[in-house]
Amino acid sequence: MSHTFLLEVGLEEIPAHVVTPSVQQLKERVAAFLKEQRLEFEKIATFSTPRRLAIKITGVADKQKDVEEEAKGPAKKIAVGKDGNWSKAAIGFSRGQGMQPDDIFFKELKGTEYAYVKKFIAGKTAAEILTGIKDAVTSMIFPTMMRWGNNDFKYVRPIRWLVALLDEQIVPFSILNVQTDRVTQGHRFWGTQIELKNAADYPQALLAQHVIADATERKKMIEQQIKKLAQQNHWKIVVDPSLLEEVNNLVEFPTVFAGNFAEKYLDIPDEVLITSMKDHQRFFYVLDQADKLLPHFVSVRNGDGEHLEKVIAGNEKVLTARLEDAAFFYHEDQQKTIADYVDRLKKVMFHDKIGTVYEKMQRVQSLSKLLAASLDEENKLTEAEERALDRAAEIYKFDLVTGMVGEFSELQGVMGEKYALLMGESPAVATAIREHYLPNSSNGELPESKVGALLAIADKIDSIGAFFAAGIIPTGSNDPYALRRQALGIVRIARTRNWAFSAVSLQKMIEQNYQNAPELYSNIKPTKNAAEAVSFIVERLKKLLGEHEFSFDIIETVSGVETNSFVKMSQSAKILKKHQADADFKENIEALTRVLRLAKKASSDKLERVEPSLFENQAEKDLFEAVSQIEGKDSSLEQLYAALSSLRPLIDNYFDETMVMVDDERVRANRLTQLLSIASLTREFGALDKLNVK
Amino acid sequence: MSEKLSLQDIILTLQHFWSKQGCMLMQAYDTEKGAGTMSPYTFLRAIGPEPWNAAYVEPSRRPADGRYGENPNRLYQHHQFQVIMKPSPANIQDLYLDSLRALGIDPSEHDIRFVEDNWENPSMGCAGVGWEVWLDGMEITQFTYFQQVGGLEVKPVASEVTYGLERLSSYIQDVNSVFDLEWAAGVKYGDIFGEPEYEHSKYSFEESNQDMLFKLFDTFETEAKKQIKNGLVHPAYDYVLKCSHTFNLLDARGAVSVTERAGYLARIRNMAKSIAKVFVAERKKLGFPLLKDEELRNKLLKEDK
Repeated sequence: MSHTFLLEVGLEEIPAHVVTPSVQQLKERVAAFLKEQRLEFEKIATFSTPRRLAIKITGVADKQKDVEEEAKGPAKKIAVGKDGNWSKAAIGFSRGQGMQPDDIFFKELKGTEYAYVKKFIAGKTAAEILTGIKDAVTSMIFPTMMRWGNNDFKYVRPIRWLVALLDEQIVPFSILNVQTDRVTQGHRFWGTQIELKNAADYPQALLAQHVIADATERKKMIEQQIKKLAQQNHWKIVVDPSLLEEVNNLVEFPTVFAGNFAEKYLDIPDEVLITSMKDHQRFFYVLDQADKLLPHFVSVRNGDGEHLEKVIAGNEKVLTARLEDAAFFYHEDQQKTIADYVDRLKKVMFHDKIGTVYEKMQRVQSLSKLLAASLDEENKLTEAEERALDRAAEIYKFDLVTGMVGEFSELQGVMGEKYALLMGESPAVATAIREHYLPNSSNGELPESKVGALLAIADKIDSIGAFFAAGIIPTGSNDPYALRRQALGIVRIARTRNWAFSAVSLQKMIEQNYQNAPELYSNIKPTKNAAEAVSFIVERLKKLLGEHEFSFDIIETVSGVETNSFVKMSQSAKILKKHQADADFKENIEALTRVLRLAKKASSDKLERVEPSLFENQAEKDLFEAVSQIEGKDSSLEQLYAALSSLRPLIDNYFDETMVMVDDERVRANRLTQLLSIASLTREFGALDKLNVK
Repeated sequence: MSEKLSLQDIILTLQHFWSKQGCMLMQAYDTEKGAGTMSPYTFLRAIGPEPWNAAYVEPSRRPADGRYGENPNRLYQHHQFQVIMKPSPANIQDLYLDSLRALGIDPSEHDIRFVEDNWENPSMGCAGVGWEVWLDGMEITQFTYFQQVGGLEVKPVASEVTYGLERLSSYIQDVNSVFDLEWAAGVKYGDIFGEPEYEHSKYSFEESNQDMLFKLFDTFETEAKKQIKNGLVHPAYDYVLKCSHTFNLLDARGAVSVTERAGYLARIRNMAKSIAKVFVAERKKLGFPLLKDEELRNKLLKEDK
């Protein structure tokens, strides 16, 4: 017969974001425990609310599986005495296993016979085993752990009750002074404590106590109620999945309700209203059919529909107070000018070891000019864009010292754009101010405007350069200033826009900027840790390529030349991957890497250019002409790959006919120079000798 | 509720309720401070092995929050009702909810939630785990299990319940501005605190003598350190509180740069940490008199640190 086991850990309110991962963790620990204990079961179901983590296991076996195992003892010649009787060793062995010598049998192992006994271990009952589940509960790990009362034990929040039932029987164990029982708690205000007769009664028995223990079901209830409300009112209610998840873990019994705020607050920018509702009050916001924000909000009460009007009135009052504050800041902030704010940034530190935000803006202003100037013809900025970039870079952090961003820090950039427009800046400047923060997550959207994209790169590369120069370098998971995310942002923007920036060229521009205006780098010297900064950025491209399923050796190859642009590295990876399956790929690459290996030997003994008068055979002439043709053409990377591949017979022939490292210094230097010119062409693809062609 | 409780009724109700739960009713401590936690009745008494159950109203000064009495919810000085129970009772959440019932707030008629909010006061070396309590979306209470105070592990753990009296009263009396609250029959909050709010804001933001404040900070710090050496915990702690308030005045004035700020906070923290250690040592010399468990007391007194 199979059984049902219920374990419920009753807690003071668990942080909402911890509930779901915790019950999953409990499930995994319990499953591992049962496996280790050889206790079979069919299924583990999870239940969770802010006050409880529970699992119900169905199809639990009566007892552990019995085990029969062989235990190996001494060799036969030791186990059996000369007289044919059991030796002391054999008697000792069998006794040690809880058996008699007559239980011994012999089996061969690697040519020698040994004494063995068969041991039978009877499985313990499920009830016995399950008391050990305590360890699965106490060994749980949470993001924040606490102590309470007189205890040293740490947990997510204080444990207040424990239910452990195997069918109708309590499985006895205790944690601190809490003893397992059949008593569970209903809703704090809408239920009472109840006795569970049987594990199978869970979670239905809690329904009458206003607890929906099944988190998925609870979430569905919320979604359905929201949908109904939206239909009744012809609203669009925006249900952000992470907000829904959080709200779901703040309630044990959900009742969705709507409230209103005064229409006059709709003058405040939508982003401010939405932040107030969503982030501060955990409300859902409401749109009309044309996606215009409406003066309503939707929230979820932890309880029934009774006295809902009081709850609505209270929530409306709180939101109104917040919006009143926001309206105040929105009005007050507009009484000052951008120049006032920029001036105040002289007193705001970007980082103690680096300098003020004002200095940063000044660095970025001149740096962004260098970046723009380095763009090739087809990407060049128009004059209007140049002016917008210059102005945006001059002021782009001004909103940090506005009252609104002081109160709603998550609106940095967003308010910058709004205020810039209100204060007479051009749309291009305003947009760039908002967009310079993008991308704000590893897959986040990129700046749409060219000016915004350039400002974003300038701001990010300045931060990376400055932190590295100040010796503040990310290690392991420790990256408090999100420099990895910023480096990835640079790479993504450059790739998407087909801008030919490389990690080295960006670093060079920082150093150029430093030379032009050393006073902007009062606390740091950007040449310090420069190589580390370059590799740090290239590392992000490598990670990105890895996510696109390029093989390790291709990634190492293309990133092996740090002066190549991110765009070129990416193209090279694609081309190499594409040709990897070609029949002649191996030979072509081997021919080229042979050149690379020899070319490395050329240190000082090389010539200005290859000197045909020093050639001694036809193979040299042929290779020279072919290489010169490639060098003379402005070809795409794909064409270059084809051209370099076509060199293979010439290279093979060259090495058959030509000894490179000859005694004659001039001839040797000439040949090495020839090889170097090929090597230099291959460097467009990276370090080809890192390709795995075995 | 037929008749709305005045603010002083609310205080009386809470005092009555918590005294019945075994809390001593203390009086507000007479040195300026930013929060009820900084009263020696919490900061010092949370440390060490002795039990401690106390409740009191604490006027709390936050110069940077002053708004010249013009903002309906922001104040230079507000009032906290502070409850500290050590060790934390197993039913502390239920006690708290009963205190709301005593104030006429029936939880089943509202939406009450415990929303994660872990509390930290780095300048005093304090950290705790807990919630802010929401009443129909309004934060009315901070609820904390102290884990660390003055850089020392809190053992046993103390539970702290801090009601924001103005917020709670605004809700109970249903007013939109704290200045409209009724403190006692016929006397409004604004009648009592309107003028000081304006004057303190004016002083903190415009008129304070910065040179004097910088000098005072140094003077108070020197004295605090000296008295820490003398083992005079309470006078030393008074001067740390004065340092903290002086710093807050300078900060409100914008006189402290971001870089210097971290330095000042570290100076206060270091003193708070030293005092915490000396306090435990002094209580030990006295034999931890509040500890009634003789066996535990003797064991702790024999311990070597």
